[in-house]
Amino acid sequence: MLRVIGKRLALLIPTLFGLSVLLFLWVRSLPGGPATALLGERATPEAVARVNELYGFDEPILLQYFTYMGKLLQGDFGTSIITGRPVLEEFATRFPATIELSIVALIFAIGVGIPLGYMAARHYGRFVDHGSVVLSLIGITIPVFFLAFILKYLFAIQWPILPPDGRQNPRIDATHVTDFYVLDGILTGEYDAAWDAFLHLILPGLALGTIPLAIIVRITRASVLEVQNADYVRTARAKGLMEKTIRGRFILRNAMLPVVTTIGLQTGLLISGAVLTETVFAFNGIGSFLRDAIFELDYPVLQGFIIFIAILYALINLIVDVSYTIIDPRVRVQ
Amino acid sequence: MFTSKSARAAHPKRTRAAAITAGAAISALLLSGCVQSQREEDGGAGANGDVDSTFVFAASSDPASLDPAFASDGESFRVSRQIFEGLVGVEPGTADPAPLLAESWETSEDGLSYTFALKEGVTFHDGTDFNAEAVCFNFDRWYNFTGLAQAPSVSYYYNNLFRGFADSPDAAVYESCEVNGDLEATVTLAKPFAGFIPALSLPAFAMQSPTALQEFNADEIGGSSEAPQLSEYAQGHPVGTGPFKFDSWNVGEDLTVSAYEEYWGEQGDVQQVIFRIISDPQARTQALQAGTIDGFDLVSPADIPTLEEEGFMIVPRDPFTILYLGINHKVEELSDPLVREAIHHAIDKQALIDQTLPAGTQLATQFIPEVVDGYNEDVTTYEYDPDRARELLAEAGYPDGFELQFNYPTDVSRPYMPTPEQVFTNISAQLGEVGITVTPAPDVWTPDYLDRIQGTENHGIHLLGWTGDYNDTDNFIGVFFGQEKPEFGFDNPELFGALSEARGMTDREEQTALYEDINEQIAQFNPAIPLAHPAPSLAFVERVESYPASPVNDEVFNLIELSE
Repeated sequence: MLRVIGKRLALLIPTLFGLSVLLFLWVRSLPGGPATALLGERATPEAVARVNELYGFDEPILLQYFTYMGKLLQGDFGTSIITGRPVLEEFATRFPATIELSIVALIFAIGVGIPLGYMAARHYGRFVDHGSVVLSLIGITIPVFFLAFILKYLFAIQWPILPPDGRQNPRIDATHVTDFYVLDGILTGEYDAAWDAFLHLILPGLALGTIPLAIIVRITRASVLEVQNADYVRTARAKGLMEKTIRGRFILRNAMLPVVTTIGLQTGLLISGAVLTETVFAFNGIGSFLRDAIFELDYPVLQGFIIFIAILYALINLIVDVSYTIIDPRVRVQ
Repeated sequence: MFTSKSARAAHPKRTRAAAITAGAAISALLLSGCVQSQREEDGGAGANGDVDSTFVFAASSDPASLDPAFASDGESFRVSRQIFEGLVGVEPGTADPAPLLAESWETSEDGLSYTFALKEGVTFHDGTDFNAEAVCFNFDRWYNFTGLAQAPSVSYYYNNLFRGFADSPDAAVYESCEVNGDLEATVTLAKPFAGFIPALSLPAFAMQSPTALQEFNADEIGGSSEAPQLSEYAQGHPVGTGPFKFDSWNVGEDLTVSAYEEYWGEQGDVQQVIFRIISDPQARTQALQAGTIDGFDLVSPADIPTLEEEGFMIVPRDPFTILYLGINHKVEELSDPLVREAIHHAIDKQALIDQTLPAGTQLATQFIPEVVDGYNEDVTTYEYDPDRARELLAEAGYPDGFELQFNYPTDVSRPYMPTPEQVFTNISAQLGEVGITVTPAPDVWTPDYLDRIQGTENHGIHLLGWTGDYNDTDNFIGVFFGQEKPEFGFDNPELFGALSEARGMTDREEQTALYEDINEQIAQFNPAIPLAHPAPSLAFVERVESYPASPVNDEVFNLIELSE
């Protein structure tokens, strides 16, 4: 197994290499450049030329690429043009926020999605089933930003029971150790800060978790429906096994395979949802940072970010594959 | 490695865990209501005991740098103004220069030497004295920038206004600074610069602590030549003489400053300012409505009526802006002065203002707002007169009108142009009335729109504008019409020459007269059409009694008055 994992990790290298070439060409084929974003609306053509020279944007693209990759291989993701800080440092300060948010979204999606999908299948054709199908359909069709907006308007402005924006009430003087605010509050014993940070996660977490939730409900339902009519389940019933055992060991476990795949894919997709959710909730994670980078064509940030996400995605896929073997020993990672 | 037994056992736990999570989420929803109200109650033991002295202001982005000498953006300057003070400030509520750290100044007869008498008893936040040595240290620092620090993207304002550095003395406006005593310093310029005193009111030329600048290596900005990096000083150690000292900066999140106890002036109601970074304009409005911030800048005009209805205070700034309709003279039809005059007559500026721009907007007859030197009361104007416009078009040889590309930016809001799409629609309809059919050419603001307008000839008429930096006429018309540019595409040596002459004048009165004359020249030449001076607005929660709104954004938060 370890060898397989090693092999999969090694395969990442050519994948990332190919991706980096495509990405580099793509980012630089966007019209314009960061110079005007940096210099403002009265930039003279000479000033733009000077900035392009300063950052090396006037050099042949191949040369730019090799310079970039050379640095990347040494772990240097470059410096953000807009903020003037190293890209890696920017990521490091902002990723905890997004990860924290994604965890809440996932817990919500999995924690509600699997039981709901399972119940729908168990009560096939009944009210719970129809209800969950309709709900998941709505969940899939509503755009993330719209849902985020509605949630915020209802629960933060119309009935202000939850905070509307940010990661923490700025008036709370909290100590930050890991930059995971909830964790920080618990570690330092500042429980009110942890609680406050948690409250700030609920609305964006719900918004971000809704699409994965809807998808997990559908997949779980379909999968359980299929499995519960399988021959081996019937055989198990005929043999007089306890219903609890049948449901747990035979149905749910076997039905989990496609669900785990879905969860893996959705985890990767959470980041793109975060761009919109974080913007609406002024939640300063990697999503809102990426939004600004796109608007201002901050090349190093865009490149670094996409490479970073590619690595993350590949790792998630690997984890999904490995977890298959745990759920179903017949499946082997190859 | 994993036995099937353990996997099996894990399953029921998972359902239980899911149930617990769901339960926790629901109870959180219920409980949060109580916590929120509790928090409101205990917020705020203030300076005078009866107000919450923490003021939360929403900023649209992080400051680009805490070292104002290396900044040019509004959010950096907003923070700088709390921490730093310059030799020269502005008269409250106006754009006119006024004494600040310098109590007075004298100009030599040749207009090249300025002797500043400094305020006594002023200290920097690190406890060191503010004196003539510190003044010269700052001037010499700017002049001696090397390498990356000289890049126009880094020291933008020094580049623009002082033109050259110690290693290029021929271009430099600055020559030297002399310490005449503890509280007197003389700055000598190499060439006349009438805008010198007003320019010093820019945060970029604020006085910084020499000790701190050296200790935290303020001039060491580049790790690599590829991309400049902020210095240690600019990331977290700014030290000035202002009413607030720097506390902390959570990048992407918030920035906090608090009252400097030894401040020489009034301290006021606000003891702590938290700048919360909220990049989405909609989110800023909602944060105000939800009560998580006390105020924010650049309120969207569409939101103003709602916010006012809900009891929020809207504070308009005196306009220090200009919105204009740019004209590309490289387009054949537009190179004809008769056509430009016709377009000018075809536009009902008042209707445009009433329908698309915020309250407080003034109609523009020239390219500088009324408060700027050289504003000409008697300038030639072009009344709204569609019949006259049609006549002029016929005279120019276009009795049936013509087709014209109209460029405008999308998805952007500028202080001088809150809703470009609306302005575009409005003007298009007006031009249609006189027979000019427009082809819409929308682009995203940056980089497409700006690149196209300022870097290429491929545009027709377009929307653009400007917010002044400080009271300097050249900062408006000199920027627009000082030389041949792709934006307008005309060559008018007479105008270019006059602007260049005015810029170099030392006598303010003579200069003002010349600028009045230039404004008339521009009005007759009609290189573009001034539309309006929109007034940008701020919005505040009810507890804000007054806010020191300034046309040039010189707003220091110690002057904010709070009621609770």
